[in-house]
Amino acid sequence: MNKELNFEHKQSAHCENGVVSNMMRFYGIEISEPMVFGIGSGLFFSYLPFLKVNGIPVTSFRPLPGIIFKRISKRLGIKFEKHKYSKPDKAMAALDKNLENGIPTGMLVGVYHLTYFPDPYRFHFNAHNLVVFGKKDDNYLISDPIMETPKTLTYDELKRVRYAKGTFAPKGHMYWAKTTPTNPDLSGAIIKGIKQTCKDMLTIPVPLIGVKGIRYLSKKLRKYPKKLGARKAASYTGQIVRAQEEIGTGGAGFRFMYGAFLQEAAQVLNNPTLKELSLEISEVGDLWREFAIITGRIVKNRNKADESYDTAADLLLKIADKEEDFYKKLQKAIK
Amino acid sequence: MKSKDVPQDDADMMRGVFREPVYSLDKDGNYTTVKSVGWDPKNEVMQEAWDVINEKVEDVKQKVINGELSPIAYYLEKNIMDVGLLAKYMGLWKWTVKKHLKPKNFNKLSDDILEKYAKVFDITKEELIDMNWNNGVVE
Repeated sequence: MNKELNFEHKQSAHCENGVVSNMMRFYGIEISEPMVFGIGSGLFFSYLPFLKVNGIPVTSFRPLPGIIFKRISKRLGIKFEKHKYSKPDKAMAALDKNLENGIPTGMLVGVYHLTYFPDPYRFHFNAHNLVVFGKKDDNYLISDPIMETPKTLTYDELKRVRYAKGTFAPKGHMYWAKTTPTNPDLSGAIIKGIKQTCKDMLTIPVPLIGVKGIRYLSKKLRKYPKKLGARKAASYTGQIVRAQEEIGTGGAGFRFMYGAFLQEAAQVLNNPTLKELSLEISEVGDLWREFAIITGRIVKNRNKADESYDTAADLLLKIADKEEDFYKKLQKAIK
Repeated sequence: MKSKDVPQDDADMMRGVFREPVYSLDKDGNYTTVKSVGWDPKNEVMQEAWDVINEKVEDVKQKVINGELSPIAYYLEKNIMDVGLLAKYMGLWKWTVKKHLKPKNFNKLSDDILEKYAKVFDITKEELIDMNWNNGVVE
């Protein structure tokens, strides 16, 4: 088969946002990455001491994979068709059929065997999103939102990553737009997105989530060196920094992205307060970066007792206060 | 963060394959993206994660050389897997894979099973069973 759809690839900071944004552009709906992120309420925080990966409690700066996607389609009225396939060759045949019908097709893949990914980024992470937009001989044309330019994968390479094993195993999952709105209600969707973010960060009645979660983590972090010893405390801390700074997650990066969303939202809703708040969340992002610098140093000196745990914990409290204030103002601004 | 402050600390983490877009404020206070080649704190935690993995790989390599573990144990660590994940890729029970980590069971494995392991690890069967570890065959 030789088929290339007229699909414009744009790079994004986070794969889920990027896939939605790129797919919508194909259907004539211009919606930026920050817009997808804001409407999908991608800003989040949770500290889950009972959920351990490699024996380390999980701190997360994002909602579960797939949630932004679900929300944006509901809030903008995009209907997606979704399929999983028990047989890999069937999954590939279904993809070919879609391409022949001119449908750019999104899918979940594992990152570990993605041949074009740089080695240091290749972990067994299975909830990565990309779009296939054509096939030339044996090569599939890939729009991977993390990459600056489109890539290619052979039949076998693509089949392999679609059937990566482990947590969030994609099982050939693919999705494509079935109906797209002609006149999406952007204003309504923005307000719903903002409301949910404020609710998530302020009022979920669990001490591990949102602003409360940040305070809880501060309390725990302060005790790490005494409770766990230098080495283990450092690796616990390392997980926080990685969750914050690795691709597709992002503590500071997400705050800046949210700022970009608020700036766009200010124009759409003709609401100058949102523009002011977009600058405020950038300052919060700067504090998260400061936090990454301090905790990064802890990780680097992992075998020595470190006195910066208190500094880091204090900074988290400051961040929690600032964020609480920010979400309260944001709630007011859209009332 | 201001656009001019977007860090450009290159530790070759992205191997020149791509740069990361970072949202930041330009001189007029408008959001824009600037492409970054990296940031030291992030580079360091990534490096730390790989150091931990590499230490483990070296440790297991020694155990294979000493005859305490089979080569499967080495390739398992090298591919950042655990027994559960490898079992899933192999379509075997966890305890079966665990058994194969012992040299005496490994030596009895059929060619088919060895081929399958080799395929999962992206190596040849010969590379998997080659016990010439001390000659630097294994990298």
